[in-house]
Amino acid sequence: MKVDMSTVTKIKKGLDIKLIGEAEKTIKDLVTDQFAIKPTDFIGVFPKILVKEGDTVKAGTPIFIDKYRDNIVFTSQVSGTIKEIKRGAKRVLLEIRIEADGKDEAIDFKAEDPKTLNRDKVIQKLLDSGIWPFIRQRPYSVIANPADIPKAIFISTFDTAPLAPDNDLIVHGHGNIFQLGLDALSQLTKGKIHLNIDANATHSKVFTNSKGVQINQFSGPHPAGNVGVQINKIDPLNKGEVIWYLYPQDVLTIGRLFATGKYDATRVLALTGSEVLHPAYYKTKVGAAIEPLVKGNVSDTEKRIISGNVLTGTKIELDGYIGFYHSQVTIIPEGNYYELFGWALPGFNKFSISRTFPTFLFKNKRFRLDTNYHGGERALVMTGQYEKVFPFDIYPMQLLKAIMVEDIDLMENLGIYEVDEEDFALCEVIDTSKTNIQEIVRKGLNLMRKEMS
Amino acid sequence: MKALREFVDKQKPHFEKGGRFEKLQSTFDAFETFLFVPNKVTTSGAHIRDAIDMKRTMIIVVLALIPPLLFGIWNVGYQHFLSHGMTPDFWPMIGFGLLKVLPIIIVSYVTGLAIEFAFAQARGHEVNEGFLVSGMLIPLVMPPDVPLWMVAIATAFAVIIGKEVFGGTGMNILNPALTARAFLFFAYPSEMSGDNVWIAEKADAYSGATPLGNLLVFDVDKLPTDWSMFLGTIPGSIGETSTIAILIGALVLVATGIGSFRIMASVVAGGLVMGLLFNLWGANEYMNIPAYQHLIMGGFAFGTVYMATDPVSAAQTNRGKLFYGFLIGFVAVLIRVFNPAYPEGMMLAILLMNVFAPLIDHYVIQSNVKKRLKRAKAVAA
Repeated sequence: MKVDMSTVTKIKKGLDIKLIGEAEKTIKDLVTDQFAIKPTDFIGVFPKILVKEGDTVKAGTPIFIDKYRDNIVFTSQVSGTIKEIKRGAKRVLLEIRIEADGKDEAIDFKAEDPKTLNRDKVIQKLLDSGIWPFIRQRPYSVIANPADIPKAIFISTFDTAPLAPDNDLIVHGHGNIFQLGLDALSQLTKGKIHLNIDANATHSKVFTNSKGVQINQFSGPHPAGNVGVQINKIDPLNKGEVIWYLYPQDVLTIGRLFATGKYDATRVLALTGSEVLHPAYYKTKVGAAIEPLVKGNVSDTEKRIISGNVLTGTKIELDGYIGFYHSQVTIIPEGNYYELFGWALPGFNKFSISRTFPTFLFKNKRFRLDTNYHGGERALVMTGQYEKVFPFDIYPMQLLKAIMVEDIDLMENLGIYEVDEEDFALCEVIDTSKTNIQEIVRKGLNLMRKEMS
Repeated sequence: MKALREFVDKQKPHFEKGGRFEKLQSTFDAFETFLFVPNKVTTSGAHIRDAIDMKRTMIIVVLALIPPLLFGIWNVGYQHFLSHGMTPDFWPMIGFGLLKVLPIIIVSYVTGLAIEFAFAQARGHEVNEGFLVSGMLIPLVMPPDVPLWMVAIATAFAVIIGKEVFGGTGMNILNPALTARAFLFFAYPSEMSGDNVWIAEKADAYSGATPLGNLLVFDVDKLPTDWSMFLGTIPGSIGETSTIAILIGALVLVATGIGSFRIMASVVAGGLVMGLLFNLWGANEYMNIPAYQHLIMGGFAFGTVYMATDPVSAAQTNRGKLFYGFLIGFVAVLIRVFNPAYPEGMMLAILLMNVFAPLIDHYVIQSNVKKRLKRAKAVAA
């Protein structure tokens, strides 16, 4: 479909946080045989394990299913053996660790042209191969329900979060596979597939030449790349409606399934952050171990390893694994230090949106930020702050308070279906009261999902 | 710094659960976090956080209160000596002003903070920084001759009834500092109004009426010049007289983004509109004064910049703030001109709109809700 160059949706409210440690645009191979699949990556999934330690698996072998939606299967991303099934408190399933054997054996789900298949066949193939969980839905940001017919599918091709990977680079040279993935997706909805690009930064022909989709242009600061913002501007969600969404690398995975018949979990990820000595892109598979990635390439300081970006990512330890949905690893300093009169001193190196620190004069300064809260948690006193970084036609503070008092009707009226915790991440960053806003939003979404089912 | 930190770390266990002074945990925490920004790190959600916190926010407001405070100290001395027909040097005036103003500030902070600490302790939460600002606002809206015991009672009333009974910081409906002022106004009217309270230790023969006092009896001729009202060399509450000092404070608040420019601008607009409407009506001399004079008299400027902008008691939505501010200015001038019992309408206008702020927000939010419902209906149809 043609790109309509005249209509650019301009996002005005938001904030680009400029951090040190952007990945150099070269893709290296990451050599590792350690992988894992983490049930905790999937919101609302109750895993029922199908394998035991020592079992041999191929790429595509079912590992666990969702107890309450047993057609949703989670499969191994590599061929090898189940090394360890790690459980936490109350026997919660944390990680299924898989040691790859390097043989790259995979179950054959048959290469087929998605255009010749009907909707059910396409869905079945995605479910069987374990690729289905890449497709998530709004509201609630949970794995899509195959029985739903979404009113549209959204694909955000650009990421505006701090130090985010460049999808132009990642998809380069994979135009045919990407199109094949889109062809498969187009069988899933009667509505449109919205392929959203950055009006200024997206140049890849893989995106701009895509067929069978509507290309929408966006410009502006983060969260312009958030699919939630894009939905809100293009085709807002109403109560009872469902939109599915996924990201460019997920489309490639789907494309490869139909091209080769195999679950090929290849992932390019950006290793970023101020504590990385040589930030760059690495080619590996979904759920790779973090240690080989950071070994010899990080500073000596005490570090926070984040699977994902600094706004929404998950903290992992050095023996941890990269999350299922993440294409980025960020490493920043831990902030567990005391600062004498830190609140009163001028603070020439402090990051703040508030103009109470002199750094607001240096618009292009890049920061080395740590994980310190920079203050104690307080009551919600300041107003009008969130609105500066929240480009929805929604009252963020009021919605937040509705969630806190668990007022279902009010939450619904104030637009909870249209948001996800990631959309509130910037509010959380700039919040004077140091409230953990994303946690509250997630609680609200979980509550709504429970109430509505 | 290291030695200090080690000292604090050594004391800390005594104040934690099971320690000798565990009952004073909030107090210890308040002092510790005053010295050191805590070492707490993020565990969920965003891993990085803005450097701003409540302490930084409040200290900026206190900073913005310094110009009216300094001017107020000087003016208290200046007015005193002027009433006695003396014109001493700069320093004696400052000296007299300090002697009058400092005790009021100390009483306000000591009373308020003692109550704040006690409540934090009883509830087992941190001491909120809000009173750092309230404790400075209260002295600045007091007449210079106010007895100290009244300051103490008013402060206690404001903190307990104005704030803590609603659940503490962030939950109060009325602006605490104005609650203190209103309490005194209604509890001790003779000490809080008339022509005798606005100059400290005034000479009996000297008039000492404020511009608003003059206007109340239609003494337009006795009004000071615009320039002296703008500069603030007139009798009045300690911090309210100098429009220019307040403007400097406003600049600090707006430049740092701590104070809402939206509210300040709409209060001014509301005051001007009401003033102009009165000009059109022109039934008496008070109605005929130029609209801009309302902005430089009495507590209008002070209320606009420091009181109306209190984020907790103001409207919280951006659109609501416009209505809220406009109505404050509008009603303040209305009360001034119409109600002979209340020479100053600003305090009551702000308190009134504090009460209505949630209602204003409600209507603003309902329009958003309706839009959403309408959109859903359009799709369903």
